[in-house]
Amino acid sequence: MAVRSLMVASGALSLGLLAFMPLPRGAEPQVYVIEIDKLAFGPAPAGLHVNDIVEWRNSDIFRHTATASDGSFDIDLPPSAKGQTVLRQPGVIDYACRFHPGMKGRLEVVP
Amino acid sequence: MFRKPSFLLAVTMSLAASSAMAQMAAKTTDPQIAHIAYTAGQIDIAAAELALKTSQNKAVKDFAEEMVRDHTAVNKQALALVEKLKVKPEDNDTSKSLTAAAAKKHEELSKLSGAAFDKAYAQNEVAYHQTVNGALATVLIPDAQNGELKSLLETGLKLFKEHQQHAEHLVGQLK
Ligand SMILES: [Cu+2]
Repeated sequence: MAVRSLMVASGALSLGLLAFMPLPRGAEPQVYVIEIDKLAFGPAPAGLHVNDIVEWRNSDIFRHTATASDGSFDIDLPPSAKGQTVLRQPGVIDYACRFHPGMKGRLEVVP
Repeated sequence: MFRKPSFLLAVTMSLAASSAMAQMAAKTTDPQIAHIAYTAGQIDIAAAELALKTSQNKAVKDFAEEMVRDHTAVNKQALALVEKLKVKPEDNDTSKSLTAAAAKKHEELSKLSGAAFDKAYAQNEVAYHQTVNGALATVLIPDAQNGELKSLLETGLKLFKEHQQHAEHLVGQLK
């Protein structure tokens, strides 16, 4: 009720501004899925924060890996397997599949 | 003076006719395409099995294991698809020449061991994947009539390209 009357009072302009303000982040880490299929990683999620989790899901008929070039993770993914990576620190992490060098992607993690 | 041009004309005409015939003959049917694609995978599996038996090099063995694993997976799908489509894979000249070339290569490789084997195997993997990529891209995929077969061949091409790249890395590693 309080929110509602505030919105009504503040009018259309500030309502528009509110929509673009970043939502306050709770303490709960988010889980983002990257799906692998047909010899490719799905798009890397945007807005990754420290302590978020990337879940790798292999929907392909081939075995793959999600392997960080900085050595921070190396996840073996047989067909239909899943694996998780907890993002421990901010920064850019490039990753690839050890078996199929054309399969690659990049995670961008902010604090 | 009369003879030459008419002779040339005759040659030109017969060339045109025979190239048209060659094109008609070259149109590969789905049962033939299925056979070629399956054969191409089996050949690479056989080469990998030789490498697993012969090589002592971890990178070579890992690569060979990957070839067995990936080509087995794709061929399993190919078999399921031909069964579903009730297509009977049909032997043909391309399959025969792939098989003959592979037998020759297998014999060559069988005589080698150690680093010489590793190098020859890795180099042949690059060349072989290149050849199959070419056939997939220029003949098999364009000629395929069935959509599901075409899509499986496209996955095959993607896979062969990845393997070619991996084989190139391997050749570099073995230098
Ligand atoms: Cu892979």
